[in-house]
Amino acid sequence: MPGPVLPTETLLGAWVAAGLTLFIYSFLYKDNPLFKLGEHLYVGISVGYSVVLAWHTVFLRLLWEPVKKDIIENPAALGSYVLLIPAVLGLLMWARFIPKIAWLSRLAFAFVVGFGSGVAIPRAVSSYILKQIEDTVNPLVIRGADGLSMGFNLASPQSGVNTIVLVIGVVSVLFYFFFSVEHTGPGRVTARTGIYFLMIAFGAAFGYTVMSRMSLLIGRFSDLIKYASAEYGYAALVLLALTVLALAAWEMASRGRHAV
Amino acid sequence: MAEGAAAPFKKVAEFPSNTRYVKPGDFPWWAQPAAKGDHYVKLVSSQAFPIENGKPYFVKLRVREGVQEVWSEVAEATAAPNIFNTAQANNLVFVVAFTGVLLASIAAARRNPHVHLRRIAGLDAVEEAIGRSTEMGRPILYLTGSGGMDEVSTIAATVILGEVAKKVAHYDTSLKVPHRDPIVMAVCQEIVKESYVAAGRPDAYKDDSNFFITSDQFSYTAAVDGIMLREKPAANFFMGSYFAESLLLTETGASTGAIQIAGTDSDHQLPFFVTTCDYTLIGEELYAASAYLSREPVLVGTLRGQDIGKALIMGALILGTCLATLGVLLGTDGFSYLLDLFKDFK
Repeated sequence: MPGPVLPTETLLGAWVAAGLTLFIYSFLYKDNPLFKLGEHLYVGISVGYSVVLAWHTVFLRLLWEPVKKDIIENPAALGSYVLLIPAVLGLLMWARFIPKIAWLSRLAFAFVVGFGSGVAIPRAVSSYILKQIEDTVNPLVIRGADGLSMGFNLASPQSGVNTIVLVIGVVSVLFYFFFSVEHTGPGRVTARTGIYFLMIAFGAAFGYTVMSRMSLLIGRFSDLIKYASAEYGYAALVLLALTVLALAAWEMASRGRHAV
Repeated sequence: MAEGAAAPFKKVAEFPSNTRYVKPGDFPWWAQPAAKGDHYVKLVSSQAFPIENGKPYFVKLRVREGVQEVWSEVAEATAAPNIFNTAQANNLVFVVAFTGVLLASIAAARRNPHVHLRRIAGLDAVEEAIGRSTEMGRPILYLTGSGGMDEVSTIAATVILGEVAKKVAHYDTSLKVPHRDPIVMAVCQEIVKESYVAAGRPDAYKDDSNFFITSDQFSYTAAVDGIMLREKPAANFFMGSYFAESLLLTETGASTGAIQIAGTDSDHQLPFFVTTCDYTLIGEELYAASAYLSREPVLVGTLRGQDIGKALIMGALILGTCLATLGVLLGTDGFSYLLDLFKDFK
């Protein structure tokens, strides 16, 4: 007995998703018009979406609506008029299009860069210096019911042995990033130790991320398998056949052009 | 907790009487909200109970033992924002101290500009990459990463772009800088323009060498991959901060045979750059690159100052571990006064 018929928008979404996925994967053969179509659609749609999103969430919601509300309800109060300052700074950026007053845009950029640095510096001190020191500095021994002991549990980040590894690792990695000191003699050994620590960390991060990418690939294949069912009108299979035919036709046409 | 003395009270916290004490390490000694041994509960604004500035709130405490319970007096308090978070005063002290060290180092570098900087392999390759592009007659692709101008790595990427652009102008090579942030793009346009002027080639500057693609992460990546495949740049630079797009970009670049130089402080993306690029500037090497390339006293002095800062941090790490261990051995909290200075309190 046939299952319930899917809504048209779901079917259309499935055909578009399966088609674009196959177009993008067609790059595994080589750069081709189908891949270009998928790529250009992706870029164009994302730009259009960003513009609409910025218009609604930034201009309308953060500027236009609060200012309009204050003008109508309480025009004497300063209220949200302060929002006009960033609006003017934003408009100054457009001064770049008029060469005579293009220098005005630098005011806005100076504000953005200055504000950005001001926000970034305390945050960097907090997360890259203080948090790093706080998490690295631990006692090598602990005082328990049985008196003093040194932990050898590698699974516990605060065990004595891990504290030693952490201190050696952080100090040697920090030394590797000394630029005004030549890495020779004991300095070379320390810097080398730092590089080994870095490479072990990179290896772990690489393996972890590759596994997550495999999970994304499995996700796309699961969708393609789902869309290959009768429920979706064999979308993935039909589009796969069409993609292969289109690529073959394109390849033959290009060979014909080259032969001429 | 309630919005009025007579309004219905809502339960915001419940805990056994032997928990939620003010413990050493929870707060810095210079910003203790209560004495050691007192109970402490932090009330955070939530959807269930939003806390608004300037609004009075009423709090009362219920102590329960078995079936018996006692209510405290109702206390009133008005929510107000703090201008200064005293718990983070050590952050300010660090910023001021490091600024002092940096300014002193810059002054020293101005007096003696020949400060030794160790060789950074990836940077020596910059000249080679530009020369290769010139010989092959192909463009240079330079990416400034995914971050905005509020990220230190983006700022470093734009500074290096200036140095690369000077060499590009000198060799009369084509430079392409696709962007996903309009503000970074505008800053880069200014930087590249000034580099061409500094190189004595203002006529060779093209305004469209910096161009905007889209702010979306993966569609930007798809477009840049397309540029790599169709225009086949001879050299690809990946500077700044990156996310999941890093491998997609560098793998495509590697397949086109381009020489690739990356520099990022995005530690999760570094493994991908290390495996797919010819040279990788790891973390702070990205910041050092601009000083190494330009030899500007300000940048060289900053680098020297950073080295002094790192030496102080190394000292703090070793000394801190010794003091923390000594504190446990002697059974005293006395060293926490010093250790608190190096903690990140919120």
